[in-house]
This record gives sequence, structure tokens and C-alpha cells, in this order.
Amino acid sequence: MPNAPGNGPRPTLNSLGRAAPRTGWRRGLAGAAAALVASGTLAACGSDSEGGPPTLTWYINPDSGGQAEIAARCSDQSDGAYRIEVSQLPRNADGQREQLVRRLAAQDESIDIMSLDVPFAPELAQAGFLAPVPSDVASRVSEGVVQGSLESATWNDELVGIPFWANTQLLWYRKSVAEAAGLDMEQPVTWDQLIEAAQDQEKILSAQGRRAESLTVWLNALIESAGGHIIAKNSTDPDNIELGLDSPAATRAAEVMHDVAVSGVVGPAFSTSSEDTSASQFESSDAGFMVNWPYVWAQALTKVEAGTLEQSVPDDYGWTLYPRVDEDTPSAPPLGGINLGVSAYSRYVDFAYEATECITSDENQAYYMVTNGNPAASAAVYDDPDVQEAYPMADTIRESLEAAAPRPLTPYYSEVTGGLQREYHPPSSVTAETGAAAQALISAVLRGDQLL
Amino acid sequence: MTTTTLPPGRKTEPVSAPPGGISDRSRAERRLGWMLAGPAFVVMMLVTAYPILQAVYYSLFNYRLTDPGNRSFIGLGNYGVILTDPLWWQAVGVTVIITVVTVVVELVLGFGLALVMSKALQSLRPILRAAILIPYAVITVVSAFSWQFAFNITTGFVNSWLAWLPGISPDTDWFGDRWTSLLVICLAEIWKTTPFISLLLLAGLAQVPDVLQEAAQVDGATWWQRMWRVTIPNMKAAIMVALLFRSLDAFRIFDSIFVMTAGANGTESVSFLAYRQTISRVEIGLGSAVSVLLFLAVVLIAFGFIKGFKIDLAQARGER
Repeated sequence: MPNAPGNGPRPTLNSLGRAAPRTGWRRGLAGAAAALVASGTLAACGSDSEGGPPTLTWYINPDSGGQAEIAARCSDQSDGAYRIEVSQLPRNADGQREQLVRRLAAQDESIDIMSLDVPFAPELAQAGFLAPVPSDVASRVSEGVVQGSLESATWNDELVGIPFWANTQLLWYRKSVAEAAGLDMEQPVTWDQLIEAAQDQEKILSAQGRRAESLTVWLNALIESAGGHIIAKNSTDPDNIELGLDSPAATRAAEVMHDVAVSGVVGPAFSTSSEDTSASQFESSDAGFMVNWPYVWAQALTKVEAGTLEQSVPDDYGWTLYPRVDEDTPSAPPLGGINLGVSAYSRYVDFAYEATECITSDENQAYYMVTNGNPAASAAVYDDPDVQEAYPMADTIRESLEAAAPRPLTPYYSEVTGGLQREYHPPSSVTAETGAAAQALISAVLRGDQLL
Repeated sequence: MTTTTLPPGRKTEPVSAPPGGISDRSRAERRLGWMLAGPAFVVMMLVTAYPILQAVYYSLFNYRLTDPGNRSFIGLGNYGVILTDPLWWQAVGVTVIITVVTVVVELVLGFGLALVMSKALQSLRPILRAAILIPYAVITVVSAFSWQFAFNITTGFVNSWLAWLPGISPDTDWFGDRWTSLLVICLAEIWKTTPFISLLLLAGLAQVPDVLQEAAQVDGATWWQRMWRVTIPNMKAAIMVALLFRSLDAFRIFDSIFVMTAGANGTESVSFLAYRQTISRVEIGLGSAVSVLLFLAVVLIAFGFIKGFKIDLAQARGER
């Protein structure tokens, strides 16, 4: 730093003299800090070293407190065999994966159970980060689970995660708009019909055009609905993964994506539009149609309770299965949700699997769905009277989950989704050639020939 | 150009010092200096040199965190992949644009603010200084979110404020286009770090001796002439230090881009590429190579400044 000339650094006796009490103060602080660290460490190991029940740590995605409550319930139900503590991961799924992968790569023993977003199980399983699911547990937890959820928890023909809750997107519509447009929503509708109806009524058709995971969710649903797959031939070797992005189905999906983006009815700022943008658009007076997760229902009701939204708005909400790409082919709605994984580095794998069975019991899944708005992975839960009351669309959600298609299951998911988001964004720029370009990019990235 | 500077300050060594040698006192001072700085120096080496060397080592491998068994030595292969990839050069371009634009604007604004601070009334000065420093005290992520919310189409107020300008409507999507996104990113950076530059320049202004100003005034120099011939030449070292620090900082931009666009629309910087390879893709080898290249770029900038502009940091400290 510039100083006035002649004011060179010159230590004085004074400043040295003053150092003495400071040292004492610092030493005190350091001592206190050390004591704090030590006591923290002791407390963490306390129950184990004293022969008490082992503490299982469950890394959860942030929610409205449901997982913490379930952890407490299962701790009680274990009759003192174990205690479950929750530890919160970052808010978005990418952040959750990044933290878990780095901790597991460092063989972190503090993780016992993890809440994993559905696309992440293959990567962790392939790396050997997940403890194998005991066969008796596997057969019990896969009973009665919706198809898509089970598929996403399976890698190399083996169950690697325990399905906990399953999400799916529905087609939401304003009853008044659909009626005015003359659309029969009892019958399956196509994207083309929606664009036409929205243009006709000058209402918004909300989807997610932002460069984020939601774009992959949309693209995957379009390609699967057209009868194709993003990964045509799967492999654990990145060089042998064959992509299906220049197939006729993928080209048709790209065409739909482009048509929606340039339809003029997707609202402003489509290329930065997220699920939350869509949800607020759908609450506005310009709302027409929207594809989105079921949380929008609970959100609208909360706003009515808070007095910031008219009751007539959710009363106008209608719902049905995800739109079709082609009239004669049933749609494959997006699949989301959380599977539980047990860390291979956990000291209590058996207890952890015991705990996952408790966590994913039908009772707890119903509680979680009603209180936190996250749909259950177990089909039976949808018959629960509380669930039926809180979610008038419960049957549609279950039906959608049965038809839902997971995003590509691969240990190289971040390369695949990153490449797709790079090439298919902004959606208005998508052409018939986009698929081939994305295929070339992702293949090059997987071979290690290109950056992402 | 004629400039007016003072001769270098006199050395403060006692007259009795042996000619050409070092007095006992300055030797003792030097030893004390090392003892005081030593622990910090060791810690610095541990926390900076070690990770740098480790990154250089990893950059020579094909190494994925989730597949450590297949780690293989590939020499400079990662560097070849990066330097032949158009994405890398695009990121370098974006980073250079952001660096040049923000540093130039900040220098001009910062100089203005420094002048205001130095000329302000004695009683106003502390308040003014605190007010100007507030943006710098804000965490970058928080500042980035504030700017994003301000320009966002659903939460923002900027569109309605600027609706009278041609080309701006309530539906203007700032983050939907490359150049408007970069504009907002640059604005956020400028807002946040101008105080830093202005503070360094204020210190430089304080260094310009009043006697020179008075002498120039007596000779009939105008305000402008005094600025160009007296003030700026005398604070050249401070200006260069400010430019250097800010350029190094600006070249590593990450937070604002991560929060505002997440790299969409070709707004990725070099740091962002390093993040995506290392943290998202867990390709430690490739990511380390990007980081090493970023490090080399930063070193190059530092050397460029120091050699190109002949900055003598010792002179800036008033030691010579």
C-alpha cells in the first residue's frame, strides 16, 4: 500500500510492549476455540462411545420439515436401536449431488442415508458409493411402487436406491379457458392443440425454457412421448454410450419444443422461465395452460389462505395427463422425486437399511405427501383418505407416475444433461439439426475430447 | 510531457552507518521483520503453493473423482483438449471483455469518487467514505442476487423505471440475450468494486505533496493542467497498483455469472469453465488444467502490468 515517504515500517517498543496482553487474550480465545471443538467432537461421538444407540445421519434435501419429523418418528419406532439425525443439503439438486459426490469420494463416514434426486443413483452406484441393498429389503421396498420410480432406483438390473417419493408433471389448465377454446380435456390433448387453443384465446401456455435441469426434464418427456430415448444404448463405458438424439422421435420432439417457444403464447422471458415463473404465470389472469409439478396446487391454496390470491383462481384449476406429442401415442410424463441411498462407507449399513424401510412406510409417505406436498412412490398411498382429501388430483398423479419415463439413467448424467442444456437452449433456436449437434457434443465430451 | 515530481525520499539510516554496509540496527530490524512475517509466510506457502502444485500435478492425468481406479497419466493431453476447444476461447473472450470494461469504468468512476472524498469537508469525510464503501462490504453473491432480482422480469423494477427509454418495455428480458446479460453482470461488478479502486486512489492522492500543487498554482497552471501534470504523474504508482489488483480480481469473475445466468447465452467465464469441469463433472484432471491455465493468465497479467508499465512496488511504498 502506498505510504507517505519516510514513514518506513519501524517497530517501536510500545507496539511490542502492547503485544503481551494481546497474546494472553489470543491464547484465551484459542483455548476456548479448542475446547469448543473438542466438546463438539465429544458430543458427536458421545452416544457411540458410551454404548448408546448408534446415530444415523440422514442427508436430506431441504423441505418443509417433513423428513426431520419422519426421522424422529423412526427413531422412536426403533425402540432405541438407533437414532436418526438429519443434515441438510443445498437447495438445488445439482448442489446436493456435488456435495454428496465429493464427500463420498473422500469416504466420509458421517453419511449413512441420503436423499437422492432420481437421476443421481447410477453415478453413485457405479462408483461403488452405495451399499448393496440386501435382497430381502429390496423385495419388500419395491412392492407396490410405481413403475417409473422403481426404474430410476435400478442400475445394472439391481435395486440401488429405496424409492421414497415420486414426482411427476401434469398438464394444468384453466377450466374457463379450455372450455372457451372448445377443448375436451377428458380426452388426451396434444402440444399442437394447446398452442392453437392458447393462441386462439390469447392466453399463456407455460413451460420451462430456462437453461437448467427443467429443460432436460421437458426435452426428455417430449422425446419419450414421441417414442424415442435420449440414450439409445446404455453402457458403463462412456465411449460405448449410444445417443438417440438424431432419431425421428428426437427430431419430432425438437420440432414441438421449437413450436412452443415461438408460438408467441409462452409469455415474456421464456428462455429464463423456471417452474416458479410458470407457477406465478398460471396464477395470473392471462393463464391458460401449464406443464408443472403438483406443488403448484399446494402453493395456490397457501396463497389463498394468506389472502394474496382469490379462491376463484384455484377453483378454475383443472388437471390431466401430460400433453401428447403425437395424437395416437400416449405421453410419457416427466418423473422426479427422491430415492434413498445408503452409503457404502456408513458404519451402520444394516441399521441404515432398517431405517429406510421405516422412512418409506406407506404411513410416512402419506404423511409426507399431505404435509409437504411431495407425492408418494407407493401406489397404495393414493387411496389414503387424507391424501385424497388434500389432493383432488391424486388419482391423476398416480396414473401419470405409472406412465412416467425417467431421465436417462447413466453414471455420466451431468455430461448428458449439461450437453443437452447447452444445445437446446434457448428453445426458440432449436431446429431439426439441434439433435445431431447435441449428439456430437455429448459424444465428444464423453470421449474426453471437448469441454462442457 | 513535462511532469513535476519530488526527488525520492531520503533514506532514514543514521549518518554513522558504515558506507555500503548495513548498520546493526537495520540488521536487527530486518531480522525482526522476518520473524514477524515468517509465520504468515509459511502459512501462505502452505495454503497457496500446495494447492497450486497439486492442481498442476492433477492436470496431467485423466482423473474422474467417481472413477479413481481408471486414473491415467496423459501428459499435456488435457491442455490440448482445452486449447483446441472453441468454448475455451469463447470463455476467454467473455472474461477479457468483462475485465476491460469493468476496470476502465471503475478507474474513471473511482478516480472521481476519490477526488470527491479528498476534497470533501473535513466533517463530511468519514460519512462519505463509509457511504462509498458500503457496496464493497456486500458479499458478491448477495450483490449478484440483488441485481438479478432488480432486472428479472417478474421480480424486477428496472423495466418499469426505464420504460421511457426506447427499446425497453415491461417485457424486456435482460437475461435472455448475451449482451444484455453481460451488461447487467458488468454493472453489478462495477457497482460493487468501484469503492475498492477509489480507496486505493484516495491513498494515492494523499501522496501528492501540497508544495507541488502550490508551486504549479503560483506558476499559473489551470486546474486541468495541475491534474495532468502534477497530480496524476505523482500518483502513477497508486493507479497502477489499483489497476493491477482489480484486473486480477476481475479476470477471475465467477459469482455474478453463476447467480445471474448460470452461464446461459454464452456468458461463461474462464472460472466458470473450471467450476463446471471440476465440481459439476468431477473431472479433476481436466478441471485442474483449466485452473492452471487461468492461473497462468493471471500471472501473465501481473507481469504485463509490472513490466509493461514499469511499476516499482517499492517506490509505491515510499521505500526508494
